[in-house]
Amino acid sequence: MSNRITLKLKEDKKLLSIYFTAGYPSLNDTVKIIEDLEKNGVDMIEIGLPFSDPLADGPTIQESSTAALKNGMTTEILFEQLRDIRKTVSIPLIIMGYFNPVLQYGVEAFCKKCQEIGIDGLILPDLPLDVYQDDYETIFKKYGLINVFLITPQTSNGRIDQIDSASDGFIYMVSSASVTGSKSGFGQEQENYFERIAKMNLKNPQIVGFGIKDEETFKQATKTAKGAIIGSAFIKHLTAYGTDKTNEFISLIR
Amino acid sequence: MNYNADEKGYYGEFGGAYIPEMLYPNVEELRQNYLKLMYEDSFQKEFNQLLKDYVGRPSPLYFAKRLSEKHGCKIYLKREDLNHTGAHKVNNTIGQILMAQKLGKTRIIAETGAGQHGVATATVCALMGMECIVYMGEIDIARQAPNVARMKMLGAEVRPAKSGSRTLKDATNEAIRDWINNPVDTHYIIGSAIGPHPYPDMVTRFQSVISEEIKWQLKEKEGRENPDYVVACIGGGSNAAGTYYHFLHEPEVGIIAVEAAGKGVNSGESAATSALGKVGIIHGCKTMLMQTIDGQITEPYSISAGLDYPGVGPMHSHLYKSGRAEFYSATDDEAMAAGLELSKLEGIIPAIETGHAFAIFEHKKFKKDDVVVISLSGRGDKDLNTYIDYFKLA
Repeated sequence: MSNRITLKLKEDKKLLSIYFTAGYPSLNDTVKIIEDLEKNGVDMIEIGLPFSDPLADGPTIQESSTAALKNGMTTEILFEQLRDIRKTVSIPLIIMGYFNPVLQYGVEAFCKKCQEIGIDGLILPDLPLDVYQDDYETIFKKYGLINVFLITPQTSNGRIDQIDSASDGFIYMVSSASVTGSKSGFGQEQENYFERIAKMNLKNPQIVGFGIKDEETFKQATKTAKGAIIGSAFIKHLTAYGTDKTNEFISLIR
Repeated sequence: MNYNADEKGYYGEFGGAYIPEMLYPNVEELRQNYLKLMYEDSFQKEFNQLLKDYVGRPSPLYFAKRLSEKHGCKIYLKREDLNHTGAHKVNNTIGQILMAQKLGKTRIIAETGAGQHGVATATVCALMGMECIVYMGEIDIARQAPNVARMKMLGAEVRPAKSGSRTLKDATNEAIRDWINNPVDTHYIIGSAIGPHPYPDMVTRFQSVISEEIKWQLKEKEGRENPDYVVACIGGGSNAAGTYYHFLHEPEVGIIAVEAAGKGVNSGESAATSALGKVGIIHGCKTMLMQTIDGQITEPYSISAGLDYPGVGPMHSHLYKSGRAEFYSATDDEAMAAGLELSKLEGIIPAIETGHAFAIFEHKKFKKDDVVVISLSGRGDKDLNTYIDYFKLA
């Protein structure tokens, strides 16, 4: 069977992907949030494995991670919660987190578990390209997992080419030089960046993340890119309205 | 065995650069240039001139007669406490501010625990007329008030880190986030021998002036360059790295590290990483790290803000794992007692961090002829309030 991410990327539409932190607002919200997101037409989900020291995240995701850990979330519990997820959910699921919890679980054991559950890919921002290629690529591939790399406005074209050839799903295009959740709206700088990347004709489609929060930013981001990821804005929505109003949030995006 | 970093920044299995892509351009720029820039004649000339005229180097190597009598060996103190700003930290900040200028950076950020690195960074920024922002844990801001005031006087902005344990680890997280948000004009001056490659190696090289001086100073005093032991306290490990550097490949020199045991290694309130940690990733490097079974970084504890860190530099992890260095840990009480003893016997009030190194005599017995060099990494002025509270001096 082909990877669900690969199949989804072939669909003729702009993809909406949502990130949430597993274990937040409550420990056992994980499955409900995933099911509701799918029901409301979301194309892909990043399930955040919380980490004590999320370096690339702004206050919103930091606080949700701290709360999730306080609620008792662990790698083992997350896997347990997701055990039957493929009975009800068919869109691509990606686990996003930091490398240390994966390393402690055992990279191969972690990947094996992901395959058993039906996880399609991983995003581990602090697992760098060269370490991945030297030590872990064969393990990821063995268990059918797509590893997603990030690029930013500062990433050189040469480096982007390297990342493009090392990728086999999509490239996570960080919209601006920032941690998550810190910029509001896109300016000329982003437009130029989006256009520059579009002109590179990369083999992997790009999905834009960081700074997307509403219909306008979603449209801007997906003018040239294949899709966009919303994280902090959705977490803020969960904080304010709980887990029963996912439909309202999604209806404001598209 | 090689105890220095290899080309990719590994010390054995430790080190490397585990950074998000957002940091890659900055770290890569530094990696490609740091050795070349640092060993240019003009750089070395300016660096050494500043160390001499501004910092006051060489720092004395002082034979501590009364302390030696008390502990039955020959104890020399490497007086980093006499440096401008009161600790070894300035050796590295002088080097890195010159590096930042060469790279065309105009804005400096730093993390600080005890405040010594923050002060040393604020100082060189004032010297060079550069903007300076120092991240410091909220708890540390409260317990190191004099250093906060000094940074402000020097023109730096002190930003509190309010997440997690609100100490050094969290200040480092905030500094890294700042660097992600300001990727073009900013240089991050890391104060310890931690972080992604090339930081541990770069910081170690700037601090290596400590052991370089010990060699010729000891030759003058003892007729030999190599002591039997070098002793240093370790949090992240910058003063230790500098103290060990020129002795790493001299097998007759015993290398001793003293970590902070807090209220006791098994008390649940400790920062003794070698005893409590296992291999993991923190702040961009693979190293020994205090963490849960799930890979969440745990909150350390030590009475000394400068040692209150859940990891240790990758070089030190390698020294520990390979058996090249002996690791001990001293409790709060042992460190405070050792600080008081040094004050009374030698008239030197050490930083509480440094007090840990002097607690070695609680744990190890030296022979009468052993020449033991202890890194007196910092002075105790900043810790007076803690000393006052602890010994009820007021």
